[in-house]
Amino acid sequence: MKVRFTVNGHAATVEGDAEMRLLDALRDVLHLTGTKEGCGEGECGACTVLLDGLPVNSCLVLAAQAEGREVLTIEGLADGPRLHPIQQAFVDAGAVQCGFCTPGFVMSTYALLRDHPAPSEEEILTALEGNLCRCTGYVRIVDAVKRAAVQLAETRLGEARARARETA
Amino acid sequence: MAERESFVVVGQSVRKVDGVGLVKGKPKFVADVDLSDVLYVKILGSPHAHARIVRIDSSAAAQIPGVIAILTYENTPSTRHTTAGQGYPEPSPYDARMFDTKVRFVGDRVAAVAAETEEAAEEALRAIRVTYEELPAVLSIDEARAEGAPVIHDEGDSTGIYEAARNIVADVDIDVGDVERGFVESDVVVETTCETQYAQHTPIETHVVHSYLDSDDRLVLRTSTQVPFHVRRIVAQTLGIPIQRIRVIKPRVGGGFGTKQEVLLEDIAGWVTLRTGRAAFLSLSRAEEFVAARTRHPMRVRVKLGANKDGVLHAIEMEATSNTGAYGAHGLTVLANTGSKTLPLYNKAKNAHFYGQAVYTNLPVPGAYRGYGATQGYFPLETAMDELSERLGLDPIELRRRNHIRVGETSPIFEKLGEGREGVSQTVKSCELERCIAVGAERIGWREKRGARRREGPWVHGVGMSIMMQGSGIPQIDMAAATIKMNEDGSFNLLVGATDIGTGSDTILAQIAAEVLGVPASRMIVTSSDTDLTPFDVGAYASSTTYVSGMAVQRAAEGVRGQILSVAAPMLKASVESLRLVGEHAVGPAGARVSLAEVCRRAMYSSDQFQIAATASCVPSESPPPFLANFAEVAVDVETGRVKVVHYVAAVDCGVAINPLMAEGQMEGAIVNGIGYALSEEMLFSSTGRVRNPSLFDYKIPGALDVPNLDVILVGSYEPTGPMGAKSVGEIGINGPIPTIANAIYDAVGIRLRRTPFTPERVLEALVCERRPKGER
Repeated sequence: MKVRFTVNGHAATVEGDAEMRLLDALRDVLHLTGTKEGCGEGECGACTVLLDGLPVNSCLVLAAQAEGREVLTIEGLADGPRLHPIQQAFVDAGAVQCGFCTPGFVMSTYALLRDHPAPSEEEILTALEGNLCRCTGYVRIVDAVKRAAVQLAETRLGEARARARETA
Repeated sequence: MAERESFVVVGQSVRKVDGVGLVKGKPKFVADVDLSDVLYVKILGSPHAHARIVRIDSSAAAQIPGVIAILTYENTPSTRHTTAGQGYPEPSPYDARMFDTKVRFVGDRVAAVAAETEEAAEEALRAIRVTYEELPAVLSIDEARAEGAPVIHDEGDSTGIYEAARNIVADVDIDVGDVERGFVESDVVVETTCETQYAQHTPIETHVVHSYLDSDDRLVLRTSTQVPFHVRRIVAQTLGIPIQRIRVIKPRVGGGFGTKQEVLLEDIAGWVTLRTGRAAFLSLSRAEEFVAARTRHPMRVRVKLGANKDGVLHAIEMEATSNTGAYGAHGLTVLANTGSKTLPLYNKAKNAHFYGQAVYTNLPVPGAYRGYGATQGYFPLETAMDELSERLGLDPIELRRRNHIRVGETSPIFEKLGEGREGVSQTVKSCELERCIAVGAERIGWREKRGARRREGPWVHGVGMSIMMQGSGIPQIDMAAATIKMNEDGSFNLLVGATDIGTGSDTILAQIAAEVLGVPASRMIVTSSDTDLTPFDVGAYASSTTYVSGMAVQRAAEGVRGQILSVAAPMLKASVESLRLVGEHAVGPAGARVSLAEVCRRAMYSSDQFQIAATASCVPSESPPPFLANFAEVAVDVETGRVKVVHYVAAVDCGVAINPLMAEGQMEGAIVNGIGYALSEEMLFSSTGRVRNPSLFDYKIPGALDVPNLDVILVGSYEPTGPMGAKSVGEIGINGPIPTIANAIYDAVGIRLRRTPFTPERVLEALVCERRPKGER
């Protein structure tokens, strides 16, 4: 079986059997090992990636389901050496301890902040509900999400101002 | 060393040295390498709690295409050993074999298969035919101790078991004064017995190992471990090969909490690689992790307190019975710590008695788990203190103030009871518990809330508190070493056996070295841990890293500092004593300066050449306790029995926090884990000993929505024996939630819960029982 999809903006072709999970396609075939497996049953969220922009547990999605679609993984966020503001916020806030769950949390945060640029506490907690962390107690992770929201808002504002200047 | 006021790098929340790589998802963990050439290894677990293996027929399994090796007791070494990664000789019994002729819990190892694909390995497991002779199983502490109970370790060749014929792994009995007379002399006596459950660490990365032969045919084990040097030693012992032939590499580890202080998989992967010459990969599924990795020791602990009318304790007795499952890993030491990490806190009691036994059962194997017995001991101790305060008509805070240990004081327990043997006497040199209590009480609003029983519909609010101590490493046993070498750009390699498992130890050790060397922490290149490259360290356990490994790093840095100054002195035409290291320069008395890069270039390339480098070790002579005051406000739904933690305050004295953000992070993670342990986490068993809930769906660990308003307050102190004034802080936080929440529930609704977790069912049952007239109970 051959599956073609886009990963982090690049075309990818994966060969495997029909039961191959998207997680295995990413880790074993494409060597994108930033996406982690913590339970293999959709409970821990360590394997969270975005499929056509929506967060999914890649351990519960067949590779075949990604045919023709767009997948975004943790490796697709940083702009070269520059971290994505969400990644930077996780480092700055002390939201990373062992770091195994971190890629999943970052991807869930990415989806949240795209749809809710200024999320309430409740919206943050609900968005992170599907991701488990055993090290941090979540306090710094929630803090990181808030910091990232502020940072992204400032970036957007800066871009809007730059555009306004260009038009003027 | 410099006083804390003058610290530059220490005390700063510098960014985690491995943080950027981790947020980018760089391949840092065991499973993140190319596995295309490995043999996949799978383990066959026992379906029976207790049985003899009569015959294993693997002929059909061996015929399955892709199957390369099948391991059973018939073709593997039979050396008895312990899986507990402890110092040598280990205080745990040698009662385990790679594969035995007997299985002792559902999920115990029966065989393993190595195959070209995971699917072939799994198919082969299903094709192995095992004939068992079932034996009656022992599924509780009481069954284990019953007269004529089935003997779980009836093999003749196990050693280090206290009394195998009676299923007793360990027995601890220490006395101070005369506790019986002490109770007679006391004005008030209270007694309480509490029970704790089977609970799991659940690191998000399960146990995993990748093994291969290097180009010199040495066995390399890349493994998710807290104890790389113990892994090397125990694998050498188990497989009967020289230590010299093994290299253990610890990459990033996805959480441990104690479960990876155990040699669980490395022997099997190593044996497959040695036998076949092929790389092997063995990773536990989440379900296997629940059944066959480690758990916390469930315990029944009775505490009896005697006090005078003035509220000063006169006698303390603690009796603990620990269930150490099918094997005795950490059985003795966790049991001993139940007393040794709790009783010294109340050193006013002149009479004390600790008695405990650890018993085998045919259930999963407990091991090290953050808190290490203290967690189980503080539940009844702090419950009993709450009951005593009520009997005496004293505020619980006041009772604790009158009894807790202080600076300049000691407890005879320190000397009587140690890590499974006699302890080490010590005087407390730093203790800000008094201030922790005051700050915490203020933050929770103790005075307004205690006894107020505020109601909101069915929810009734209450507040509770508890205090505790832990330790910082194992005195006169733990050993850590560090090597620092200098590079000609003024950077340094810091090589430590200390094992960062996500705790941030690489970062705080870099800060300690950087402080001594007058450079930013970012100038340290940290390597941890690789038995070929880094010096020895016992590993990440017993709250030892900051205190013990930190001191080794400080000493190594001081050695390097001395060498730098000796090179810089002639460059600056000044005496060594007159120089300081500041801002990556050696600075002379008149302000003349030379950069560290210039110093190293001179030593490396031009004059009196040598490598600026030093190795230093630390074996601590004592174990200064961090101290903690916990306060919780809970709300109890009197209709459903649900308990909600509304606000949790933890005020902790860990000496100087080398990295405050990370110290708070350790506390927050431990507390939330402890809240899960208090309210929801419990491994459930069928009547035949099978784990009924081996998944993260059925075993509920806290998620983001379950976290209360959580305040961690670092109450500074200065520990004169610690590196830069620091004590350790990794474990203590997890001990707090159970007694604190239990006491808060009592304040809210007047029920004493003595069995964890405090599920709605248990709370409701206690509420119903409480509402009945006394005669009907």
